Amino acid sequence: MPKVTVANLDAIAAAARQRHQGWKAMLMVCAGTGCVSARSLPIRDALREEIGRRGLEREIKVVATGCNGFCAHGPICVVQPDGVFYERLKAEAVPELIESHFVRGRPLEEFLFRAGDGERPVPLEKDIEFFAKQQCIALRNRGKIDPEDIEDAIRAGAYQALKKVLAEGIEGDELVRRIVRSGLRGRGGGGFPTGIKWQSCLAAARQRGVRPYVVCNGDEGDPGAFMDRSLVEADPHAVIEGMLIGARALGASEGFVYIRLEYPLALQRLRKAIAQAREWGLLGADVMGTGMAFDLTIHQGAGAFVCGESTALMASMEGRAGEPRAKYVHTVEHGYRDRPTVLNNVETWANVPQIVRNGPEWFAAIGTGDVSQSPWNGSSGTKVFSLVGSVRNSGLVEVPMGITLREIVFDIGGGIPDGRTFKAVQTGGPSGGCLPDSKLDLPVDFDTLVDSGSMMGSGGMIVMDDRTCMVDVARYFVDFLCEESCGKCAPCREGLVNLREVLTRITRGEGREGDLELLEDLGAALTDGSLCGLGQTAANPVLSTLRYFRDEYEAHIRERRCPAGVCKALIRYSITEDCTGCTSCVKVCPTEAITGERKKLHVIDQTKCIQCGTCMDVCNDDAVVVR
Amino acid sequence: MRTVIPIQVVQVDAIIDRWQANPEFAVEMLQDVQGRFRHLPKDALARIAERCGTDLGRLYHIATFFKAFSLEPKGEHPIQVCTGTACHVKGSARTLEAFGRELGIAPGQTTPDLKWSLDGVRCLGCCGLAPVVTIGPDLLGGVDSSKAGKLMRRYRKRFAAQASPEASGDGDGAEGDGDA
Repeated sequence: MPKVTVANLDAIAAAARQRHQGWKAMLMVCAGTGCVSARSLPIRDALREEIGRRGLEREIKVVATGCNGFCAHGPICVVQPDGVFYERLKAEAVPELIESHFVRGRPLEEFLFRAGDGERPVPLEKDIEFFAKQQCIALRNRGKIDPEDIEDAIRAGAYQALKKVLAEGIEGDELVRRIVRSGLRGRGGGGFPTGIKWQSCLAAARQRGVRPYVVCNGDEGDPGAFMDRSLVEADPHAVIEGMLIGARALGASEGFVYIRLEYPLALQRLRKAIAQAREWGLLGADVMGTGMAFDLTIHQGAGAFVCGESTALMASMEGRAGEPRAKYVHTVEHGYRDRPTVLNNVETWANVPQIVRNGPEWFAAIGTGDVSQSPWNGSSGTKVFSLVGSVRNSGLVEVPMGITLREIVFDIGGGIPDGRTFKAVQTGGPSGGCLPDSKLDLPVDFDTLVDSGSMMGSGGMIVMDDRTCMVDVARYFVDFLCEESCGKCAPCREGLVNLREVLTRITRGEGREGDLELLEDLGAALTDGSLCGLGQTAANPVLSTLRYFRDEYEAHIRERRCPAGVCKALIRYSITEDCTGCTSCVKVCPTEAITGERKKLHVIDQTKCIQCGTCMDVCNDDAVVVR
Repeated sequence: MRTVIPIQVVQVDAIIDRWQANPEFAVEMLQDVQGRFRHLPKDALARIAERCGTDLGRLYHIATFFKAFSLEPKGEHPIQVCTGTACHVKGSARTLEAFGRELGIAPGQTTPDLKWSLDGVRCLGCCGLAPVVTIGPDLLGGVDSSKAGKLMRRYRKRFAAQASPEASGDGDGAEGDGDA
């Protein structure tokens, strides 16, 4: 393989583009974790086989891509260059698909997207509501390249930004200033300006005369967020290139990627991408033939939410338990191995090459506020969200900062399915909060979300409908944080346990007057007294639900009632007259609490019922109700 | 004194060599040991401590800190029910209970025959398919509580077939069970 240099990158890209244009069509089969689990790999194989059988293998290429983002509709295949979007494909339908699409010249309607049953099919990906309002910077190559082929990434523009900084001699302060001017803020959740972080690190490294490290945070511990996994699976070279540019700015020669073991596919693709980048001369002792030395090492996380925190992550990378320390001294000064260290999130790194390539002003023009004086004055660029939960079109979306929650949930997400009503949207993971209907028209940016009691977080956006109990959600997050608290400082360790106790009591119907005030007091103590970000934000899910859904807490305490029908001690399942007597629920009931003959109304014996909800899950007629 | 089973030393040494006996990769070594033995045997930890020049206490600190590790053997076929937020709001607590009833164990436990273990786990990052369950190597989406029984019957049969000598070994990948 060729060694990529500053001089030959364009020629390599042009040659790859020319070969690419030789194909009459490309079948981009999604091979992200979601589609693979929906059996997209047998579909890829079936497509190859069918194309071979028809002797079309010189005209049509089948490419396994990274995550397309529209995971709930998998397995997905997009035909390029025309952009026809096929969803929920089946391997056995492949011959018919090839026949219809390529021989008869008509997309196979059965597998086209429809907004609902009986709606007209939407053949083109760009016309589907889910994709129409998106603007992709970090995910620009998703579904467009083969993530396991560096040449394909180069064809699509990878390493052009690196070439630019190397060829034009942009480095150090000048390169850092460009990142500051872009207004880029940390995509991992904190929203700290990336350029300012780099400035502090560069200053510390110079002062101490040591080489700093660059680190990529791919721990992605927030439940309900999967943008980092998806990004690494779809375009690992964007992360590598971002880190190379960071290394160039800071004078680092070693970088590390910390990534969760729970993401085997992302780990595998990243390993392969790093190996290929080394072979092609983009990592190693002589990057692009310029004498720059930089290489990457992967560290695998082993399951600890707190390891997303910088000092905990670095402790884990040093081969210790991932416990945070007080940050009197920041990691940009004394981080990994006590050296100045820049830690940025996967998505942040993936934005860096685009900023360098298109200029900081281009990036700053997208989003909210005016960041020309300071990156703190706005939120520029785009943000990737995982739009999931009770929403019709769930998946990964990248939108410009400043878009409203309503546009995301109702325009892109298509609203709430199954005739339910919107109740809340949860952002920011366990550090964030739940926002109600009245906040839907807020623009999504770092500062607005914090002002309303939630936060951007890493980008989880979980939509909840009227069947979600907000007290249960608060208890769920506190449970999670109890497990994940490292226990080092008392406010977090004891505060969370006490919050859990009170919340559990309320969900069991044993709540008392004064409990809500107690929750608020405990929350304030946690926020003020905890050592690291985990504890300081741990009360947010409780405080935000108390702020916006207080009546629901009160119903639990005063009326011993769970309005959403979730808290077991407060609910009863029953069967309505809509029951058609299919006996499905009779068969699955684990306690034989349901009696009824075929075609006759079934009845639940309340003395035997354990409120497991299986009958409701299995019922096809919505005849099982919960009160 | 404890006797170390020789075969384990060879296997553990191979793992230690893979990470150049570098104590900075202690977490990775323990991951490999967990992967091979389905738990962290005392002897393996002692061997790592000895060869990496690190103390045993530090390894136990890691072993008990991270969720991925277990000091007790886990089942041959782990079942993991995702308890991330998206799965939670789609009823994963009911799914977890349903698998518990099928297996006769509580989350966190292993069946006495060491065949199955059941855990509620942190977000698996497939939120678009919620509720998500992994059974052995397969990741399944849309698994509500009513599907636990059917899935257990299917996988009991499949794993039994794989264990028998005339197994076809159809290493077929994950299988989506209905849409999400």
